[in-house]
Amino acid sequence: MTLGVPRWTLAVAAVGALFIVLPIVGMTLRVEWSQFGALVTSEASVAALLLSLRTAAMSTVLCLLFGVPMALALARSRFPGQRLVRAVVLLPLVLPPVVGGIALLSTFGRRGLLGETFEVLGIQIAFSTTAVVLAQTFVALPFLVLSVEATLRASGARFEAVAATLGATPGTVLRRVTLPLVLPGLISGAVLAFARALGEFGATLTFAGSLQGVTRTLPLEIYLQRETDADAAVALALVLVAVALIVMVATHRPRGLS
Amino acid sequence: MTWFRTGRVALGLAAASVVLAGCAGTAGASDRSPEGSTGHTETQTETLTVFAAASLTETFTELADRFEAANPGVTVALSFAGSADLVTQIREGAPADVFAAADLATMAKLSRDRLVDGDPTVFATNTLMIAVPADNPADIASFADLAAPGVDVVVCAPAVPCGAARLALEAAAGVRLAPVSEENAVTDVLGKVTSGQADAGLVYVTDVAAAGDAVLGIPVAEAEQAPNEYPIAVVAGSEHARLGASFARFVTGATGQGVLGAAGFGAR
Repeated sequence: MTLGVPRWTLAVAAVGALFIVLPIVGMTLRVEWSQFGALVTSEASVAALLLSLRTAAMSTVLCLLFGVPMALALARSRFPGQRLVRAVVLLPLVLPPVVGGIALLSTFGRRGLLGETFEVLGIQIAFSTTAVVLAQTFVALPFLVLSVEATLRASGARFEAVAATLGATPGTVLRRVTLPLVLPGLISGAVLAFARALGEFGATLTFAGSLQGVTRTLPLEIYLQRETDADAAVALALVLVAVALIVMVATHRPRGLS
Repeated sequence: MTWFRTGRVALGLAAASVVLAGCAGTAGASDRSPEGSTGHTETQTETLTVFAAASLTETFTELADRFEAANPGVTVALSFAGSADLVTQIREGAPADVFAAADLATMAKLSRDRLVDGDPTVFATNTLMIAVPADNPADIASFADLAAPGVDVVVCAPAVPCGAARLALEAAAGVRLAPVSEENAVTDVLGKVTSGQADAGLVYVTDVAAAGDAVLGIPVAEAEQAPNEYPIAVVAGSEHARLGASFARFVTGATGQGVLGAAGFGAR
């Protein structure tokens, strides 16, 4: 059922949808199904998939940890330069990933702003899984902040105000009122962040390097396989599409859709 | 309003890049040489598309300028990427007329698929070399030093030409490396060294030469005994096969060898 939507928009929408669906179909048609099992269960493929899932999960946790307070600060408080801060925080959304990689390198790299401090503390970030998680968190964080902030703004502050007048401390209000209220936005934001972390490529390649089981995530493995074994690359690409699709379908619901 | 301003900035940038591209185009054009001229007398314009390995970026850019200068009406369009990447593109029907690869194995893939005309010609050789940041933080002096514990070495993945050369070198030197990263392209290895992120990397002699003061090169005797050979060939079905063959001869000729030699490539 479509209510109050001109028919022509559906036609245009169908063209738009085809534009996204066709390339995925085209790729699927390239898959050598007879070898698919062997290609995606090779040692390198499995290592890459597991590393991707592990790092994306860790990045999502970091995004939640830092992103929710950031969204609260942006939506519920006022401070000078707030618009600029929001713009900067959302910057990774529009930056080419390789630029993110260079930025991370000049900060957390061995010769970066903080790199030497970490080195003194005995924390080796260069070429480690930590570097992958940092790169993924950098690009995924804005998705979570954006989603939670929008939900916070949409839900308004009246419930929190009422709770406060009834004597609830700010901590209780956050735990009992605000967070349950924004839970849908929180979940969809976390899912988007996870999916974005899963697909991270450029910043990882620039900043973390590429070594099986340590820094070579699924997108990097696909990029490498492409050099020699196009069939393996396509098979792995399909795995990545499937994982992303499952995660999105299972958990992502746009606001307003119950 | 902001939109507008951004738009204007973008326009400005675009204009600037056009100007820059124009400058790059004129570099080397003053050095007109009749060599490599195809002898075409017609004034028609012809565009030759050359796909070349990433390590040939500087030299082939200069050679293309000189070839254009020697052949009025001819434009050489260049596309640089990892050799294996370019093979994939040509297999997918990319409109390349000439292909120059960084090793014989990669070129052989196209020969096997009958995607090149005739036998490829080797036009240069290149040798692996250790590159370290200018201050050499890990005090690397020999190939064996790279295997010492705590040394962050970055190399090419076995799937790409510079990685295959690396494996051969390890075997020849009897030293097994435990790299912290295996990159897709030699340029990525160099980037990790110039940024100081890695203690050392295995790159080509020409990469060290091109990086200038940013890195220090340490020669490896075993590498010099087994240099990489760079082949060039005309892509099968090219509409500019004659011009392509003429470009290949230009690269293997005196001018081509001069430019390649100046960049550190070995003679074929």
